[in-house]
Amino acid sequence: MFIIDAPIEEIIELENQIMLCKLFAPEIAKSVKPGQFVNIKVSETIAPLLRRPFSVCDVEGSFIYIMFNVLGEGTKLLAHKFKGETINVLGPLGRGFNFDGNFETAVIAAGGLGAAPFAFLVKQLSKDKKILCFVGGRTSRDVIDYGMKDVIPSTDDGSLGFKGNVVELMNDNLDLLENKRLKIFACGPTPMLRALKEFSLKNNFECEVSTECAMACGFGICQGCPIPSSEDADKNYLVCKDGPVFNVKDIIL
Amino acid sequence: MSKVDLSVKIGTLKLKNPVLLASGTVGYGNEISEFIDLNKLGGIVTKSISLNPRKGNPPQRILETSGGMLNAIGLANVGLEEFIKSKIPFLKGYKVPIICNIAAGSIDEYVECARTLDSEEAISAFEINVSCPNVKEGGLQFGNDVNAVGTITGKVKAVTSKPVIVKLSPNGSNIIDFAKVVKQEGGDAVSAINTLVGTSFDIFTRRPKLKNITGGLSGPAIKPVALAKILEISRNVDIPIIGIGGIMSWKDVIEFMIAGSSAIQIGTLNFIDPTASIKIISELKDYCIKYGIDKLSSLTASYLL
Ligand SMILES: Cc1cc2nc3c(=O)[nH]c(=O)nc-3n(C[C@H](O)[C@H](O)[C@H](O)COP(=O)(O)OP(=O)(O)OC[C@H]3O[C@@H](n4cnc5c(N)ncnc54)[C@H](O)[C@@H]3O)c2cc1C
Ligand SMILES: Cc1cc2nc3c(=O)[nH]c(=O)nc-3n(C[C@H](O)[C@H](O)[C@H](O)COP(=O)(O)O)c2cc1C
Ligand code: FES
Repeated sequence: MFIIDAPIEEIIELENQIMLCKLFAPEIAKSVKPGQFVNIKVSETIAPLLRRPFSVCDVEGSFIYIMFNVLGEGTKLLAHKFKGETINVLGPLGRGFNFDGNFETAVIAAGGLGAAPFAFLVKQLSKDKKILCFVGGRTSRDVIDYGMKDVIPSTDDGSLGFKGNVVELMNDNLDLLENKRLKIFACGPTPMLRALKEFSLKNNFECEVSTECAMACGFGICQGCPIPSSEDADKNYLVCKDGPVFNVKDIIL
Repeated sequence: MSKVDLSVKIGTLKLKNPVLLASGTVGYGNEISEFIDLNKLGGIVTKSISLNPRKGNPPQRILETSGGMLNAIGLANVGLEEFIKSKIPFLKGYKVPIICNIAAGSIDEYVECARTLDSEEAISAFEINVSCPNVKEGGLQFGNDVNAVGTITGKVKAVTSKPVIVKLSPNGSNIIDFAKVVKQEGGDAVSAINTLVGTSFDIFTRRPKLKNITGGLSGPAIKPVALAKILEISRNVDIPIIGIGGIMSWKDVIEFMIAGSSAIQIGTLNFIDPTASIKIISELKDYCIKYGIDKLSSLTASYLL
């Protein structure tokens, strides 16, 4: 874990209200794994007070990328930063995807901004795995496939690709998935992950999901980010430390 | 360069500087030790320990508010046995004073925890949490009951030779009565304040944003309240005070000391900058040098009213 003042190398709007920010963060770039996140202080004042967590979207040499949706005060401030300004970054944090397992095809399932961690993962997986990406959004503008390949899209309103959500899309393409040694890597809204859990258990697919929770610290000291264990009713995992990526079987969504 | 004495005394407890890390904001020290040398701190107050493990409240547990945050953790902790087995061995590796915070649902549970931990050399003192706003039984219920706080203080003192600090709630009516009863029953110090009860609603769903409905407010927003409570105790009861509430900088530490604190605890700030405590200690030293203050402890209760 490092705490560094990272200069912004570039910040661009990918889509309406979706930003991509490139940061010079050599220590983090060197040690981060796909699925891990960083916790960013978006202002030097107490407004907002807490850091904001973002997945590391990609890594290039000494640079890391984050992709974010402009939602509230913090992300608005971040979106208005300029090249050359520095922001304080804490990371890398959490446990990322486990992708050295015994599988041939990596199936990416991303809903909306759930696309964020996958450019980096796809880059690493491309070395020796086949990749298939299912990407969903509300409308064609919300289908974010940054850094992905072999993308099959879906939209809630049918404005692009299959009409329905990502999990329905995967069900619709079951023939592409069956009889393959595959592993699913997913990130998206909780209802999507919940449906995906059912889908992967039913079809006996290995599946890892990246989860979210409101956080104060991001590194395990506040106990603010519990997610219930599916094995032990008395146990919570911490999203920031034990996750954010979990085997879908281990957690209750 | 002149020599500066940052050390402070809280009853019999000697600390090399007044900067402690607050309960619930450092876990049991291991995560934050990746960022700082714990030995440089005045001390660490561990996450509240209860006799049995507690799972805590369901999420959402954390909510940011203007200049602060609400938490409804619900005293999630590993429980006494696991604390002794897996957390104390780590803490033994450090020379820093460890203050063990105890939370309980009954008077007997406080006593049982203190008695069991009394033989642990790694623990320098106990902080008794009678003021957690986030659990149904215990916590705030005791925090609002002067007699119960008195009984707990007396009974815990009877089973341990270690200093006993009682952590007071800002939510009750008269904090002076609580500080008085702690002193009467032999308590060594009080710490103030724990979090203030607060809540927040989603205006579209009309539901509370925290699953527990209410949470405890911490951070810079509560600093003026903390200072006022500390001043009240300081003017009325002769007992050492550990000041807590919204400390964000060395200037805040000085202000807390002037208002009556012998030492202070840093809470929410650890989440934002886990290295802040160490920076603050070095800035306190710079301040003393610059203004010719030989003993930092001379600032305690130095207010001019
Ligand atoms: C491990 C992790 C990784 C994340 N990765 C990314 C990422 O790569 N890109 C990205 O855009 N966002 C990501 N998020 C979510 C991101 O942290 C929030 O969108 C951000 O904190 C909102 O800050 P704000 O100040 O703009 O909004 P706030 O004013 O704090 O909130 C605005 C709205 O966003 C909602 N919100 C706040 N925090 C979260 C959260 N943690 N998750 C979901 N909704 C939230 C609030 O309920 C509110 O409706 C991640 C969250 C976690 C926990
Ligand atoms: C997430 C969180 C968890 C806390 N847990 C405890 C606890 O277990 N026991 C306790 O006595 N106080 C607990 N507190 C209260 C703090 O120790 C401190 O009294 C309070 O946060 C005010 O200080 P601050 O404004 O510097 O954070 C907790 C505070 C926060 C923010
Ligand atoms: S965010 Fe603090 S423990 Fe997870």
